[in-house]
Parts: sequence; structure tokens; C-alpha cells
Amino acid sequence: MNNDLQNRTGVGAPTISRRSFIGAAAATGVAGIVPAGLGSLSLEGSAMKAAQFVLPTATTDVKPFNVHVPQAALDDLKKRLANARWPDKEPVGDWSQGVPLAKAQALVEYWRTRYDWRRVESSLNALPQFRTQIDGLGIYFIHVRSKHENALPIIVTHGWPGSIIEFLQVIEPLADPTAHGGKAEEAFHVIIPSLPGFGFSDKPTEPGWCLPRIANAWAALMARLGYSHYVAQGGDWGAGVTSWMAKQHPSGLAAIHLNLPILFPPPPPPSGGYTAEEQAALAQLVRYGSDGSGYASIQGTRPQTLGYGLADSPVGQAMWIYEKFQAWSDNKGDPAEAISVDRMLDDISLYWLTDTAASSARLYYESFAKDFVRMPLEMPVAVSVFTGDLFVPPKVWGDRTYSKLFYWNEVPKGGHFAALEQPGLFVAELRKSFAEMR
Amino acid sequence: MHMAEKVAEIVFPAATTDVTPFEVHVPHAALDDLKKRLANARWPDKEPVTDWSQGVPLARIRALTDYWARDYDWRRAERALNALPQFRTALDGVGVYFIHARSKHERALPIVLTHGWPGSVFEFLEVIRPLTDPTAHGGTENDAFHVVVPALPGFGFSDKPAEKGWNVAHIANAWAVLMKRLGYERWVAQGGDWGAGVTTALGHIRPPGLAAIHLNWAFVFPEKIPTEGLSQDEQRAVDAEKIFRTQGAGYFLEQATRPQTIGTALADSPVGQAAWIYEKFNAWTDHDGDVESALTKDQMLDDISLYWLTNSAASSARIYWENSPSSYVGGKIDLPVGVSVFPREIFRAPRSWAEKDYSKLIYWNELPKGGHFAAFEQPAAFVRELRACFATIRV
Repeated sequence: MNNDLQNRTGVGAPTISRRSFIGAAAATGVAGIVPAGLGSLSLEGSAMKAAQFVLPTATTDVKPFNVHVPQAALDDLKKRLANARWPDKEPVGDWSQGVPLAKAQALVEYWRTRYDWRRVESSLNALPQFRTQIDGLGIYFIHVRSKHENALPIIVTHGWPGSIIEFLQVIEPLADPTAHGGKAEEAFHVIIPSLPGFGFSDKPTEPGWCLPRIANAWAALMARLGYSHYVAQGGDWGAGVTSWMAKQHPSGLAAIHLNLPILFPPPPPPSGGYTAEEQAALAQLVRYGSDGSGYASIQGTRPQTLGYGLADSPVGQAMWIYEKFQAWSDNKGDPAEAISVDRMLDDISLYWLTDTAASSARLYYESFAKDFVRMPLEMPVAVSVFTGDLFVPPKVWGDRTYSKLFYWNEVPKGGHFAALEQPGLFVAELRKSFAEMR
Repeated sequence: MHMAEKVAEIVFPAATTDVTPFEVHVPHAALDDLKKRLANARWPDKEPVTDWSQGVPLARIRALTDYWARDYDWRRAERALNALPQFRTALDGVGVYFIHARSKHERALPIVLTHGWPGSVFEFLEVIRPLTDPTAHGGTENDAFHVVVPALPGFGFSDKPAEKGWNVAHIANAWAVLMKRLGYERWVAQGGDWGAGVTTALGHIRPPGLAAIHLNWAFVFPEKIPTEGLSQDEQRAVDAEKIFRTQGAGYFLEQATRPQTIGTALADSPVGQAAWIYEKFNAWTDHDGDVESALTKDQMLDDISLYWLTNSAASSARIYWENSPSSYVGGKIDLPVGVSVFPREIFRAPRSWAEKDYSKLIYWNELPKGGHFAAFEQPAAFVRELRACFATIRV
């Protein structure tokens, strides 16, 4: 690798401790998350102004970034959780009206008394993280280069209510396959951005950050990192972004992999009508529309109104997400069978601490009805369908939509949050599907 | 004073099948807690648009909740309620709160007025006296009503049902029991929004004593909407319903599918609860660009405070779950029906369809002003409508 690339990507930025980072940040102006108007050195123990924090202004440089949530924000969170006011118990015996009160209270009790945000913060800060301005917006991303020079660069995109947290367990196996049951030829350079309005990316202040615009930004990011031959991967909104990248076909993008292929609305029925397998997938779509899409409908139309309740109530924010972990992961009733409570709370805490309920919901306003739909794609597409997902489309729909569908596999375990639920299987799918793109 | 004080929570006295007088007194701790939460609100970033298209603008909700915290006086609303005879009684196991204002005119017509969501008994405060005491309010003795205004199960000072099954038909049956328990042998019913749902159900059930109904939102969509040959009014209704369904029904689908989840957020955040309702006052009232030209801040906050203080975000949302899937096909009713159409309703019922569904359409009027919250927005016009409509069926 040449020095120029090294500089631009920040590769080799040392993993530094939080305290030494704070010192460095004060010296360089590269701050983590600091309270408005405060120097980063004065964070600890300060119970300042509503525990708000501000991201450092991004430029078109690729700047190292570390996460340090002010203690005041964590204290404020615990205070709110202790002070929660609860609704009456649901009049049903299951999740059919949403998160049952007893489950909600148990999760919140764990969050308040046992959960440790600093643990996940350390995990994040053990990874090279950056922010750079693209199309006017500061974009956060994790960028882990493999030691194998011929590694295939991959940009992996999360969805809602997921985040970069989904991928924490797959980064090392992807970047360092020889230490994780794979071969050097299976290595990836891994780039994991936060969507605009999510996590440590900026919140757009103007409308227009729809899927095609994000896809454009991701192509610009990969170019800025010096990658001229790469692949892209995603599920949920990440599959939307990834599909739009394939549609736009930026130079350098060689193939994509989706773990939720956007095969809705479904292709028109063949002359003999839909098969039984197709009917089953249609039934999933109908059930989603009638019983499972309330969150999408409100986020798609009035994200701001919804955002007030969720920005003010960590309990509300937690349940808004917890419900989806339960509904969409591969479990028999309890989401903790599929995803550990700590991992769910890592993701929930990220939404809460960055106050991104409204800004993340706005992606539905921007794109849910308009851009998040089946599109014929001409570039190579690979699909892994995790059968515990809420939508398990038949391969024939993929064949009718993607002219170069070079990989299709049904993975019998795991659901919507594939990388989070089944990191080993997720890694195996990416190694297998992209083997021929190298 | 009938409420036990348990920190900031309101606990209702257990209702029996007796009709027990009830007064509202929210514990001071609940009002203090509300102010503390408002002062401690955490806000999202500002919407990236310059209008209400993504929901309540940040500046608007901040202004409303600042007023709520600093200037609004719940005790004033409480006094207004306590100036009226209020009761609770158990109907099918659920304690139902209601205002019951009898006219001094013995031959007055008993009427049960049912609110919807996100309305409440507050919608009707300004119409109760004109209805019971017409001679003091521009009417004649023959216009008098005995007025019964219940809070829906899960709303306001009614109990929250602990079991499922309280759909509009169940509520309608309970209302029939209530009117009988109050000794009324011949009565009428009125409603808009879910109140229209309950009242329409009453029209189908035809409990003994129910003589006629009046709706200010009539659900008269045909089972199958013709694709061509629609009149201008019919097309307008179809278009408005489509806009509502595709752009304005997010709250509806969420409440119809996961009321507990949204309820958990709104139970914990008065700002969230206020925004959830304020958006609808803005969207559904007949105003000149500023919702406050239709309803005052105090009026809106009376209603919002009632939802907050009784912690009924989740329990009120469940009415959508109970009645899901909902439609605007009300079906045929053979009881006499009167309809008043207010111009800024979510969609305006076409008379042609009403005539097909209602074999005895006794009254039809399209008003020049007012919206979804007809009695709240246009109390005088609303009273005139009820007087005119039911004049035809008095004996």
C-alpha cells in the first residue's frame, strides 16, 4: 500500500485508550463526542446541559474518530429509566399488541442496573473509526483493512433498527480469515458506514437523503478510500442502498450481496399463476402490510411526531426497537434466543445516546414508498436468504429480477439481523458468494 | 374527591353497577411530575422541512409544551368538569365514567354523545348547557336534551379494560345498558370519529329505546367502489380517503397493530403524548393555517392533559387494535339517521351513498365551517344541527 492511501484512509491509526485519545483530541481538534460548548477534557463527571453532545464538524478529509459518550448522558439515561412511567398491562397474553409490559420492564431493569455502555464503547474504539464529509454530510464509518494485500474491499450497510453494532462480530473473521477458519484468499477490507441520520453520522438538515443519494455517497466514500475494485453488502435499508449502488453501477463496484433482496412488490405472476412457494412469500408480504408495518407507516409519514416521544423516553426508544428484534430475528418467542440482551441494548443505546429516533425514522419518509422497491439489476448479484427473516422470497423472483444472479442460498438458521444472529454463517456466505469475484 | 393518591398516579374507585357520583381531583404530585418531565424534555433535531409534512414542527411543539409547563392551569379544566354531574358505573365489568346533565324540561330527549380519538369528553363541554337548557341558549323548550357523555373504555376517567374484546359493538351494547340504567326508555345517540363507530354500531344493534342516531362523520363507503361514474362528491370522498390512507394513517396502523409499543413511549413522555395529539388537531380542524384559529391552546391542552394524567395513551390506542381491520363501510341502517357534514372532515360523506345505506335519512346538512372535532370547534353550529336533526323524531 502506498503512503498516500495510508494517509487518506487513516490506516494504521493506532488503537488508543480513551484517556490518551481525549488528550490527543484536545491537541488535534479531532474530538469524540463532546458536550456542546465544552472542551473534551472537562467531560468526565460533568452533569452539563441535558447531557447533549455534538459531533465534530466533518471535512472532506478522512479523520480518525473515537467514541466517548459523556458520563452525564449515561447518568441522565439511568435517571430517566428509574423514573419511567408505565402504561397498563396489555390485555393479551403475547406480543400481538407490542412489547408486553413485563418484558419491557425486565429489559429496562437490566439496562439500568447491569448493562455497561463502556464495554461496547471500548469494542468500537478498538476498531479504526473515521468521519468524513460526503455531499455535505459527516459520515461515520469503521474501516478495517486486512493484512492481506489482495483482500477484497467490501462496504457493508446496516438498516433500521440495526446499526454498525450488527457487524461487530464479523469484522475480524472477514478481515483476518486465517485466524478464523478461512484462507488468505477469503480476506476482505471492511468498510462499515452509519447511514445518514444514524449513529455517529450527521443528521441531515435538509430533505433529500433518499436511497439513491446514499448509494452515491457510498461510491464516493469508496473512491475516497482509494478502492477501485470492491463489493457491497446489505440487508434491510442496507439492501436498499446496496441495490441502488448496483443500479447506479459506480466504477469499481464489481458485485453485490443481499441478505434481504428487495423483491417486493413481487414480480407479476407467471402464466400458470404463482406457485405454492411464491404464495407463501406473498402471504408474508400481506401479513407484513396488514399487521407488521405500523412502525414503517408512521415513520414514513410523520417521523418528527413519533420522534418526540422516542427522543424523550429511553423506555419508548427501547421498545420501539426491541419489538423488531423479537419479530424479525429467528426465535421461538424470546428475542434473547437469537441476540444477547447486551447486544440488543448496544444497538438501542446507540440510538438513544445519539438521539437518532427522528433522524433515522426520516429514511422511511424519504424512501420507503418510492425507492425501497424491486428493481431489475444488471450487475452480478448474490443473495443469502436467512429463513428466519420476515420475508423469505423464492429464488424464481430473484431470477426474474437480477439478470446476473450468481449466488442464491437459503440459510436455515438466522433471521433479519443475519450478521448479529449468525455471525459465523454470515461470514461463510460472504466468503462463498464473493469467491468468484476476486 | 374520589381518587386515591399514590405518588403521581391516579387510581379510580372501583365501580359497581350502582351509578356513583364522581369528581375529578388529580393529585398535586401528578401535576408536579408533569412539570418536571416537561422541564427535563430531551428533543430530537429539527425537522428538515418547513411545514407540518413530517409531523409537528419542533418550534411548535416547544411553544405548546412551554405554555403547558408555565401558563396552563389544569385546575381550571377540573373545575369545569366538576361543575357538571359526573358518575361512574360498571358496565360489563368495566367502570365507565360519564357526564350526565339532565334538562329541567321533563320532556327533553335523552342523548348519548360519544367522543373519538384523540378527542374526549372535553369536546362536548361547550354544548352541554345549550343542549340541556335551550331557552337560555337561543332555543325553545322543544329543543331540550338530557345529555349523557361517557368516556370510552380505556379513555379518560373510564377504566382501562384488562381483557380484550372492547370493540365498537361491545361498547355500543354497554351504552344501551347505561341508558337503560339511567332510566331512559326513548333516546338518541350521536358521535364522530370512534364515537361515530359506536353510534353506527348502535344503529345496527337497535337496542330497545334507541329512536335515531346522528353522525358528524358518516361511514357510507360502498363495499365495492365503482371505478367510473362517480359523482363529484363521491370522487372527492374517494380521493380524500386515499390521501388519508396513504399519507395520514400512520398513527392508525401503528395503534391498530402495536398499541402497547407506542403506548409505552407515550406513557413516559408528556412531550410525546402532546405531539401525538397536537398533530391531529392541526391536521383535522378547520383553521386558517394556524390550528389555534380553530381551538385554543387551553382547549387542546385540556384534552392532551386528560390523556396524560390518566395515562391512557396505550389503552386508548387499543380501540384501533380491537376494531382492526377497520373500514369506512358502515353498512345499511334502518333506524332514522341524521348526518351533518363539516367541510374539513377527513373525508366528507356523499349524500348519494348515505341514501343507499340509510333507509330513513331524516336529516342531511353540509356546513360551511368546522372539521373533525365538530362540537369542539363549532359548538353553536353543532347544537343547531342536533336540534334540527332530532326535531323530526320528537314525540
